[in-house]
Amino acid sequence: MAERCAVIGVGQTVHRSKREDVSIAGLVREAAQRALDDAGLGWRDIDAVVIGKAPDMFEGVMMPELYLAGALGAVGKPIMRVHTAGSVGGSTAIVAAHLVTSGLHQRVLTVAFEKQSDSDAMWALSVPQPFAAPLLAGAGGYFAPIIRAYIRRSGAPSHIGMEVAVKDRLHALRNPYAHLHLADISMEKVEESVMLWDPIRYLETCPSSDGAAAMVLASERAAGEAEAATGRRPAWVHGMAMRSEPTMFAGRDQVNPRAGKDCAADVYAQAGVERPRQDFDVAEVYVPFSWFEPMWLENLGFCDEGDGWKLTDEGATSMDGGDIPWNCSGGVLSSNPIGASGMLRFLEVALQVRGEAGEHQVDGVRRALGQAYGGGSQFFAMWVLAVDKP
Amino acid sequence: MADASGASGDRGPVTALATPIRLDYRFTAGTAQSRTLRGLARGKFIGQRCPVCHKVYMPSRGSCPTDGVGTDDEVELPDTGTVTTFCVVNVPFAGQTIELPYICAQILLDGANISFMGLIQEIPAAEVRMGLRVEAVWVPEDELGPTMASVRYFRPTGEPDADYETFKEYL
Amino acid sequence: MSPAPPVHRGSRPVAVVSFAQTQHVRREANRNEVELLMPVIKEVFANIGITKDDVGFICSGSTDYLVGGPFSFVAALDAVGVWPPRRESHVEMDAAWALFEAWVLLQEGEIDAALVYGFGKSSMGDLAKILALQLDPYVMAPLWPDPVSLAALQARALIDAGKASERAIAEVAARSRRSALANPKAQVADDWSVDDLMAEEYVVNPLRRHALPPLTDGAAAVVLATEERAFEWVERPAFITGIDHRVETHALGARDLTVSPSTTKAASVAGAAAGGIDVAELHAPFAHQELILREALGLPDSVDVNPSGGPLAANPIMSAGLIRIGEAAARIMAGEATRALAHATSGPLLQQNLVAVLEGT
Repeated sequence: MAERCAVIGVGQTVHRSKREDVSIAGLVREAAQRALDDAGLGWRDIDAVVIGKAPDMFEGVMMPELYLAGALGAVGKPIMRVHTAGSVGGSTAIVAAHLVTSGLHQRVLTVAFEKQSDSDAMWALSVPQPFAAPLLAGAGGYFAPIIRAYIRRSGAPSHIGMEVAVKDRLHALRNPYAHLHLADISMEKVEESVMLWDPIRYLETCPSSDGAAAMVLASERAAGEAEAATGRRPAWVHGMAMRSEPTMFAGRDQVNPRAGKDCAADVYAQAGVERPRQDFDVAEVYVPFSWFEPMWLENLGFCDEGDGWKLTDEGATSMDGGDIPWNCSGGVLSSNPIGASGMLRFLEVALQVRGEAGEHQVDGVRRALGQAYGGGSQFFAMWVLAVDKP
Repeated sequence: MADASGASGDRGPVTALATPIRLDYRFTAGTAQSRTLRGLARGKFIGQRCPVCHKVYMPSRGSCPTDGVGTDDEVELPDTGTVTTFCVVNVPFAGQTIELPYICAQILLDGANISFMGLIQEIPAAEVRMGLRVEAVWVPEDELGPTMASVRYFRPTGEPDADYETFKEYL
Repeated sequence: MSPAPPVHRGSRPVAVVSFAQTQHVRREANRNEVELLMPVIKEVFANIGITKDDVGFICSGSTDYLVGGPFSFVAALDAVGVWPPRRESHVEMDAAWALFEAWVLLQEGEIDAALVYGFGKSSMGDLAKILALQLDPYVMAPLWPDPVSLAALQARALIDAGKASERAIAEVAARSRRSALANPKAQVADDWSVDDLMAEEYVVNPLRRHALPPLTDGAAAVVLATEERAFEWVERPAFITGIDHRVETHALGARDLTVSPSTTKAASVAGAAAGGIDVAELHAPFAHQELILREALGLPDSVDVNPSGGPLAANPIMSAGLIRIGEAAARIMAGEATRALAHATSGPLLQQNLVAVLEGT
């Protein structure tokens, strides 16, 4: 990384099953305007825009950056649209950050969204391909067998997934933007909910949300100006990395993918992180189905392989008493506008590092990890933010 | 309510617009997948071996995903294999054709190095387990075609379960 | 080692060192996208004797709507073999923008080479309907305007503004297809007289068939490298001395369709205004658009425009823009040009434009 880069503004919409009160342009502007306001900037101050989202079939609009150019104040500016499957919100932020770290631009607006109520998300995920048997029943149908394999490998007791489902929804009650506010969530309620793709129950599954997230990324100079103008401190990027591996190949480990481990190793090396559990104060990690928390705890090196479920079980990842709170925002389990979910992970750690997470703020956050993944657990995007300049 | 003159009266603003979109595509299976599909039309599983890593892929994809080279060496595989992992699908969805609940499993055919998705039948859902030995049940001969749907489902062979050690690297 | 050309934009000189493309055809009936790409990837590496392990970043451009399924870029990774895990990204845009993303990353110093590729088969679906989905979903797309009719609106505006004639459009088409005779990869190449072309029926007035791009199945790839690597791999790298892209408003009624201010601005930021351009590869899918772009770029008549034949000779959606950069670079690497300009476009009627200036030493 040549130049320094910081997050100086963040904005998001309230995530809901259907935002029938706004058009797609209205949805993204809501988040973008909030990010600009937070940064103390106007539309004219932005040099470039990077937008990301999941497959276009979720809204039925092809290459929406074209339609959105005006709404995002991009006329006369560069705009790019990133698509890296589920990790897209994270990789979008990284592409945007490189426009700053390369020295090319001073202030970049990055936006990610999904207005998936406009189309049919489950259909869009499982568009039947000719010559194949129509077995695939959405993302859950793809991941459930992998989760089963994790449970077998680790010997985890069967209640671990439910613990994550409860914890993340309790966290979400403190996040006014979260989609699900399940005040009566409990282990009993989760266990009673219908089994969708055994072993994943309904209440262990992410919702389908309409929502958008936006951040303003700035150079060192522009970050200094923003802090002076608004009094809000920047969240400095200490590392960012992406890795991909093929969907299927002989000998592939889908439970603990190497691309995830390599990506983490890269971003930790950049940020000088050696013991993730100790060195981070908080993390936002892409957990769309409950069991991904213990799986990612292992993949991200927060514990040894096979022990992830123990951290969850002992409450280590809870805001209430845990030493390494994960997903204080409620995570993907509480809000899932697919294209935005990755950026929400990156954005939430920015809030934590800036001390602006309100009721779901962890005290004294100095350094935080944001992680997003996509595809068949094959695309990873991660960044490390901190209070101090790198 | 519109009045007789056609004025919109008090119906309020337009808040949504439904645009049906129908697109037809001509899908190309590709030369490698076509070999698998023609095999299926004859009631056989045909895989391909990578010349670099020597792994056998069924269905064939034309390229070894790790080496990026063509996989032209054909290998005929038996109808039997092992369930490496599975899930029980219980959620209705658009395009669903199979009655719920159904068991969607990853099946590793004997001799192959990757598993593929298949349906398991002729066993209660609660009894399906990792390591279950299964065999393909094909559609009647006159219904065979160049499609994975030529395989109706997989059913238990009755053999003892495969040892976890023998398939754990395929999970 | 010759000195690298001065950089107009960015901090490091980055060069195109290899370029490969498919034999462009109307319809590739047997091979799927992965199989289409595999020989292109193989060739782009073999040209300079490297392998996938020599590139630190892979970036592609493609679109799901051409394929008819979500996440279509994922299967294409098999053509490369992304193992061990690699830094990789994708834009749902013409691969020229994937090249831009790679160029940005190469500015920073952590990686010194990147693979960029794009692919798309227009034959699989109804392109006219598919492209209508690029338009404003509330007020335009539901009318299903097809790209030829929209292009005809623009051509009509151009003619009415006195900036073009039907004959001038036919001249662009004749010259392009004639140039394509020298391009073994081109799909449409012929030696037609302008009079013959003018005698064709209109498809949508004022556009005749010759003014329209062909439907193409195709793919292309480029390898980018920083200075040291570039000279290790080729004798005469094509250095990107400047590159930029800009977008205009989507509302067609709010634009003057006879000009391309985003092209002018991108060219200025990319340093094209300095002049001295020998060769220009312009991504003008419709013949009349070449006239708009020439004016926007201020290209003198001495510039050799679209020696490859341009998109009128082959128009593989999602790689046609990358191919302009590749073709321009190829001229430089072959010693046939010293300074070249490449242009790529996205969206309806030149809404978004990218300009790159390339130089050899």
